Amino acid sequence: AAAALCPCRLLFARCGGALRPLCGSVRGLAAGQDTHFGFQTVTEAERREKIYQVFENVAKKYDVMNDSMSLGIHRVWKDILMHKMNPSPGTLLLDVAGGTGDIAFRFLNYVRSVRERQLQQKLKHHQSLSWQEISESYKEDKSESPGDSQVVVCDINKEMLKVGKQKAQHLGYSKGLSWVLGNAEELPFDDDMFDVYTIAFGIRNVTRIDLALQEAYRVLKPGGRFLCLEFSHVSNPVLSRLYDLYSFQVIPVLGEVIAGDWKSYQYLVESIRRFPPQEEFKAMIEDAGFLKVDYQNLNFGIVAIHSGFKL
Amino acid sequence: GRARVSLSEPHGWDRGSEEEEEEREGCFQLYPGHIPTSPLQKALLAAGSAFMALADPYRHDMVAVLGETTGCLALPNLRDKMKHHPEGYRILQERPRIRLSTLDLARLQGLPDGSLGREYVRFLEDNKVSPDTRMPPKFVDDEELAYVIQRYREVHDLMHTLLGMPTNMLGEVVVKWFEAIQTGLPMCVLGAAFGPVRLSARKLQVLATELLPWAIRSGRNASCILNFYYEQRWEQPVQSLREEIGIFPPP
Repeated sequence: AAAALCPCRLLFARCGGALRPLCGSVRGLAAGQDTHFGFQTVTEAERREKIYQVFENVAKKYDVMNDSMSLGIHRVWKDILMHKMNPSPGTLLLDVAGGTGDIAFRFLNYVRSVRERQLQQKLKHHQSLSWQEISESYKEDKSESPGDSQVVVCDINKEMLKVGKQKAQHLGYSKGLSWVLGNAEELPFDDDMFDVYTIAFGIRNVTRIDLALQEAYRVLKPGGRFLCLEFSHVSNPVLSRLYDLYSFQVIPVLGEVIAGDWKSYQYLVESIRRFPPQEEFKAMIEDAGFLKVDYQNLNFGIVAIHSGFKL
Repeated sequence: GRARVSLSEPHGWDRGSEEEEEEREGCFQLYPGHIPTSPLQKALLAAGSAFMALADPYRHDMVAVLGETTGCLALPNLRDKMKHHPEGYRILQERPRIRLSTLDLARLQGLPDGSLGREYVRFLEDNKVSPDTRMPPKFVDDEELAYVIQRYREVHDLMHTLLGMPTNMLGEVVVKWFEAIQTGLPMCVLGAAFGPVRLSARKLQVLATELLPWAIRSGRNASCILNFYYEQRWEQPVQSLREEIGIFPPP
């Protein structure tokens, strides 16, 4: 029955390895170039669809799974990212593929605590002022803009955004936070808008990474910073083997037991292996126009933070 | 082998990607929905699913996974029992499936009271269950054994009917004891042993004094429940089928 629906597919299924590229290019005309989905070869259109389904399936258990798989360490990685960013109050952040809001909430906490510390210091300073100076400072305060920090969370997947919004409500975040449905390869924002662009554990799932990097460049203000937190490559051979063992033997099992979904987590570990290593990704970021591109390995390269500036 | 028995829809993906999955797993994927696993993965799955099944009783998929990962001794046993029995052998050849799409519910409802078909439909309606909610097997590494466990799952509701047990916790425990003796599947044994933990004292008493002794005696006395071609016996009265199998009348 399936054959009748798509004769091209049947041809593909019967193709030996040698004929694959030919069949691939026939399909390519209709659905984009061949690309990868984990260790499978698919067309670009299929990849986008499959990845959408993966995140639709895992959205509700996303946070639980992250904690289980990384034994809570993902929280530390995200904290380190935030410290590296070191945002000051008044920063406008775009968090792409930010689905369930982990980066956004950390950002709001960070700028809030910075603001509080600033106010405390100001208060301390005021203790030593004269009455005249204090009354003058009231006039200053009024003309000073509040400089509220803002974060826009952009994600392509409705389910992930839904979970994020629910979390925000539950945790009490509302001010300075907005949620936008959008595609990293084609962002629904004007040029030169944001101070910082982050993408945490998301760029691996983008089909055309080069387009996403170009978009990141476009929407950042001059002087803006690009920050990417992503799984990367472990060069140490012993650790690499242990990491592989853990990834391929344990993680899909966790996916099945906790989320009832083996395949999505199989995809996850495969997609990590498919993502370019640190130096190659650095070169891609430079190609998009960023300067002073650098990266920092965390946990021996299991995770890396890449940073670049639009100058 | 690569026999493509259409046991089930691949979970989550559309039909088109079946071929891609085969491409990926080469000759390892033995049937649609099959996920090949290493011994380590099976061990982890068995432990994880046992824990999760106890922790969250709504995770029926975990019970299914536990059955698949621990059935490596019991399933070949069952398959051999079927092979050596004429009716069982026919079932293995013809691979019937109990599904809403293959059952003619209207016809079954029209059968006289007391017949297997009529009582089965009554059971489905009373307990608001459907035969289509059975999980397709994923972790069984033999395509024939995958069918055997699928058949066992689909016959489970018929067991309820033949034993006259509802789908509440007590009824399920009784059926599990019966199945544990019949099949020897570790999942049934674990379910039978741990199921009663969630029962009230009064129910435990009924279980221990009346239901269990009967279930155990019937389980021992009955011939293999997988050796009956139920789809060809809808008209047979439940009483007569019970006698034929060797199940004693319920208390």
